[in-house]
Amino acid sequence: MTDIRATSGEIDAPDTALDIAANPPRRALGLHREMDRVWTNAEGWRGQITAVNHTTLGLRFMATALVFFAIGGILAMLIRTQLATPEGAFLDTEIYNQIFTMHGSIMMFLFAIPMLEGLAIYMLPKILGTRDLAFPRLTALGYWCYLFGGLILLFALLGGVAPREGWFMYTPLSGATYSPGINADVWLLGVTFVEISALAAAVEITVTILRQRAPGMKLTEMPLFAWYMLGTSVMMLVGFPPLILASVLLEIERAFGWPFFEVARGGDPLLWQHLFWLFGHPEVYIIFLPAAGALSTIIPVMCRTTILGYGAIVAAIVALVFLSFGLWVHHMFTVGIPHMALAFFSAASVLVAVPTAVQVFAWIGTMWKGRPEMHLPMYHVMGFFLTFVMGGLTGVMLAIVPFNWQAHDTAFVTAHLHYVLIGGFVFPMMAAAAYWMPQITGRARIKGLGEAAFWTILIGFHGTFFLMHLTGLLGMPRRIDVYPDNPEWIWLNLTSSIFGFVMTIGFALFALDLVLQAWLGPRSPRDPWRAPGLDWAMRMPPPSYNFASLPSPGRLDGGTNAAQELARGEGLLPGAPRGQREVLVTTVGSARPELVAILPGNTALPLGLAGAIGVFVLMMLSGLYWLTLPALALVAALIWVWARGMAHGRDTAPVEVAPGLSLPVHIHRYDTLGRTGAVCLLLADGTLFASLLFGVGFLSVVAPGWPPPELTGDPELGAGLIAGLVAGLGLAAVAVRLGLRAQGRGGAVLPAAAAGLLTNLAALICLGWLAATMLDDPTRHARDALRGVLAGYVGLHALIAAGMAGFALDQARRGEIADMRAGCLPAWRLWQDFAAVTALIAGAILIAQGAGE
Amino acid sequence: MKRFAPVPVPILLAGCDGPLSTLSPAGPVATEVAWLWWAMLAGAAAIAVLVGVLIAMGFGLPRETPARRWTHGWGLGFSLAVLSTLLTAGLWVGERILPRDDGAVEVRAHAFMWGWSFTQPGEGGAMVETAGTLYIPTGQPVDVIVTSEDVIHSFWVPQLAGKIDAIPGRENVMRLQADSPGTYGGLCAEFCGVGHAGMRFELVAYAAGELPEALQPNDLAVDHADDHAEEATDD
Repeated sequence: MTDIRATSGEIDAPDTALDIAANPPRRALGLHREMDRVWTNAEGWRGQITAVNHTTLGLRFMATALVFFAIGGILAMLIRTQLATPEGAFLDTEIYNQIFTMHGSIMMFLFAIPMLEGLAIYMLPKILGTRDLAFPRLTALGYWCYLFGGLILLFALLGGVAPREGWFMYTPLSGATYSPGINADVWLLGVTFVEISALAAAVEITVTILRQRAPGMKLTEMPLFAWYMLGTSVMMLVGFPPLILASVLLEIERAFGWPFFEVARGGDPLLWQHLFWLFGHPEVYIIFLPAAGALSTIIPVMCRTTILGYGAIVAAIVALVFLSFGLWVHHMFTVGIPHMALAFFSAASVLVAVPTAVQVFAWIGTMWKGRPEMHLPMYHVMGFFLTFVMGGLTGVMLAIVPFNWQAHDTAFVTAHLHYVLIGGFVFPMMAAAAYWMPQITGRARIKGLGEAAFWTILIGFHGTFFLMHLTGLLGMPRRIDVYPDNPEWIWLNLTSSIFGFVMTIGFALFALDLVLQAWLGPRSPRDPWRAPGLDWAMRMPPPSYNFASLPSPGRLDGGTNAAQELARGEGLLPGAPRGQREVLVTTVGSARPELVAILPGNTALPLGLAGAIGVFVLMMLSGLYWLTLPALALVAALIWVWARGMAHGRDTAPVEVAPGLSLPVHIHRYDTLGRTGAVCLLLADGTLFASLLFGVGFLSVVAPGWPPPELTGDPELGAGLIAGLVAGLGLAAVAVRLGLRAQGRGGAVLPAAAAGLLTNLAALICLGWLAATMLDDPTRHARDALRGVLAGYVGLHALIAAGMAGFALDQARRGEIADMRAGCLPAWRLWQDFAAVTALIAGAILIAQGAGE
Repeated sequence: MKRFAPVPVPILLAGCDGPLSTLSPAGPVATEVAWLWWAMLAGAAAIAVLVGVLIAMGFGLPRETPARRWTHGWGLGFSLAVLSTLLTAGLWVGERILPRDDGAVEVRAHAFMWGWSFTQPGEGGAMVETAGTLYIPTGQPVDVIVTSEDVIHSFWVPQLAGKIDAIPGRENVMRLQADSPGTYGGLCAEFCGVGHAGMRFELVAYAAGELPEALQPNDLAVDHADDHAEEATDD
C-alpha cells in the first residue's frame, strides 16, 4: 500500500506502452453467475425502485423520454389542428398558450436532454470498457428527479395550470404581475427539478470519460462518441447554471417580491434574456453533439471504413464547446443592442458554422473513403444530411443581423429550429436506435417497417416545415392562434397541418417498429454490423456487469473474439470474488490503471432523496413556504445518510487486477472518482456564482432604475462582519489542511475537524448578524435583492461547509479517517476553499456597494 | 398573376404578396433585406445542391481521398470563404439601414396589453396621439421610438422594415421608410399573452402635403403645409 498522497508520480510519468499480462481463462458461465449475483437488480418491484445500474437506468431514461416525446408530439398536433384554419375554434387562446409552451418545454427539457443523457448513460460504460458509471446512485437520483419534475409539469397540464408564457418565459410576462397563479412557478420549479438530473448526468459522464476508460485507451485515441459526450457534459456543467440561477431568481421574485427583472425597482427584463440564452444557445449544441457522436460512430461502420479526420473532428468539438458560449445574443438581435455589438455576435454566430461544416464534410469524406451500404441506420443518416444541412443554412441566414430583424419571432424561425433539432437530433437518434437496437434487445428487426417509418417521417417533416419558412416571410409571427385577416397564410398552414399528421403517423410506425423488434424480432447474431468497438464485445442483450473481465490494452478494438476472451475472464479484474461491484480507475491522459473503485449496490436512497426534493418543490408551489424548511431538513438528512454510504471503517488490501498487477482500493487514494466529481460539481457551482456576478454587474450598469436608494447600515460594522465571515471560512480551510497533514502522519484528525466546524459556525454567526443588521429590505430595490442573494449564496455554502466539517468530525470519532484513509477530507477541502473564495468575492462586492454611494 | 391562382406555381409567386409580407417590400429598408434574402436563398440552394452531389458521389467504390481535403479544404476553407462574404454583406446592409442623426421624422409607438398608441407630427408639426394607426409621410426616413407600458412587445411593419422590441424601461429606435402612399399592416411580433394574436395596427403612409384627417385639428381647415421644422422644439 502506498502513501495516499503520492499518487501521480510513479504511475503517470513514464509514458511507456502498457504491458499487462492476461488472466487465466475460466468457464464463462460460472463467471457470469458470480458477476450477475453482485451486479444484477433486485427481484420484482423492489428491483425497480432500488436499481442503480447504468444499463437499467439508461434504458429507463430513454423510454421515459420517448413517452414525453409522444406527449409533446400530441401537443404539436393540437397546435397544428388549431392553425389549420384561420379562425380555429378548436382551442381557446389560454389553453393554446399553455399547449405551445408545454410543447417546447417538453421537447427540450423532458425529451431531448433526457434522451441524450439516457443514451450516454447506457452506452458510455460499454464503449469505454467499464462496468458502470462513476456514481451509480447519482444516476438513479437523476432519473427520479427527471421523472418527478416531468410529472409535476404533466399534472399541471392536465389540471389546466400549465405554464403559458412560451418556453423561454420572458419577463415581465412571466412575473407575478402579468402571470398570477402557479403556471409560471410550475415551469420554474419543475424544470429546475429536472435540471438536477442534467447536472447529475453531466458530472458522472465527465468523470466516467476521464477516469474509467479501459487501460491503454488514451484520451487522444478514445472513440469519438466519448469525445462528443465529454464536450456535451462540460457544456452542461457550464450551460445549465445560468438557467438555474435565472429560474431561482425569478421564483424568488414571484414568491417573495425581491425585484430582479422588474424595472420599477431597479431590475431589468433583459437580465432574464441574457441568462436564459446564455444557457439556451449552448443547449442547442448540447443536443447536437451527442447526435453527432452517434453519427461519427455509425457512418464509418455503415461505410465499412474508419472515420476520416479524427483529429479535426476533435478540434471541431472543442471549438464548438467554446464558440457556443459566445453567441447567445443572436437570440436578442431585436432588443435594441448597438449595431457594432450585434456585429460581433453575428460574426461569432456565423463562425460556429465552421466546426459544424468540418464535421459534416468529414462524414462525407468518410463515405468517399469507404463503400456505403444502405442499411436502415444509413437511411436516417441521409435524412440527417438533407434536413440538417438545410437547417444549418437557414441558421446562418438568421445570424445575419438585418435578415434576423425581419425573420425573428416568425414562423421562419419555427421552421429553422425544427430543421436543426429534428435534423440534428431526431434523425441521428433514429439512426442510433436502428443501429443499437440489436445490442440493446439481442433481436434483429422486422424487415420493411423501419424503412416505411423513415420515408413517412421524412416526407411528413419536410411537408410540414419546408413551406413554413415562406409562412414566416409572409409575416406570420410565432405563437398566434388565429389569423382571420390573413387569407394568404391559409394554404400554407393547412399544408403544414396535413403533413404534420403524416409525420405523426411516421413516428407511430417508428415506435411500433421498436416495440415489435424488442418483442417479436428474431435473434440477432452477435455484432450484426461487424462493428469495432467494445459496445459489441459482450453478450446481447448486455449482462448487468457488461464485462466479466475488463478490456486490457491491445483488446480495445472489440469484436467477437474480444467478447469471448473477456467473458472467459482473460481481461483485467475478472469476476466479483469479493462480492463487491468493482471497476478500474485509470489516469486522465494515458489511461494507466490507477486504483480499483468499489461502487455502491442497489438502494432506494436516490428515490427517497428525489422524493424529499419533490416535497420541497410541492411546498414551494403550494405557497406553503414555511413547510419547505422541514423538507430541506429531510433533504439534508438523506444527503448525510448518502455520504455515510461512502464511509469505510477498515483498511482493504490491494486487489489483484492481473498477474503481477495489484492496485489499491479507492478509499486509500486521495484522487478518487468522488474527488473528480466534486471538481466537476464546483465547476458548475462556480459558473452559477459567475452568472450571479454577471447579474450584479449587468443590473448596476445597464438597468434603468439605478442608482438605488442609500444603504442604511453602518458600513464599518458591515465591513467588520464580512471580514469575520471570510476569516472564519478561511481558517476552516486551514483546519482542513491541518487535518489532512495529521491524517497523513497517522495523527489525530479530531481537533482539526472540530476547529473547522467551529470556525465555519463563527462565520455563519457573522453572516447572520450581517443579514439581521446590515442588509436592507430586499424588496426595496434590485441592488438590495442582489445583496440578499449574495449573502444567501455565501450562507448556503458556509452551512454546507459546516456540515462537511461535522461529517469529518463524526468520521474522525468513528476512526474512519486514519493513516491511509482520508475519508471526506479531500472533498471537504475542495468545498471549503471554494466557499472561502466565493465569500471573499461576494464580501468585496457588498463592501464596494456601500462605498460606492 | 392572380388569374392563374388555381395553378400551384403561380400561387407560390403570387403568394409572396400580402399585407404583412417581407417579400413585397414597400420601402428601402425592407427592400434591402428582401434582396439579401433572395441572394442568401440562391447561395443556400447552391450549397445544398453541392453538398447533395458530394454525398451522392460518396456512394461508390472506396477510393483514396486525403482527409485534409475534407476537413481543411471543404470544412475550413470553403465554409470560411462563404461565411465571410455573407457576413460582410450583412454588415454592409445593417449599417445602411440604421437610424442616424440626420433629422429624420420622429414618431413614437407605445405598446401595451394589447394594443398600440402612436404619437406623430401632425398639423404644423404639433404631436398628435392616435390609437391603432400610425401615420408617416412617404419618401423620407422615419425613426420610430418604441416603448412599452407593461410586458415586452415588438413593433413590426414587415413591408417597411424589420422589427424592434418594445421593452419596459427602455426606448428603442428603428428606422423605416415608405416609398409610396398606402396602408401597411403592422403587428406585435413578441409573444405577450392572450391578446397577442390580435395586437395588430395599421401604418398609413401619406403623400407629402396630404395630411390625413386624423392628424388635423378638428376645428381647423386643411392646411397643406408639411412643415417639420417645429418638430424639434415640440418635443
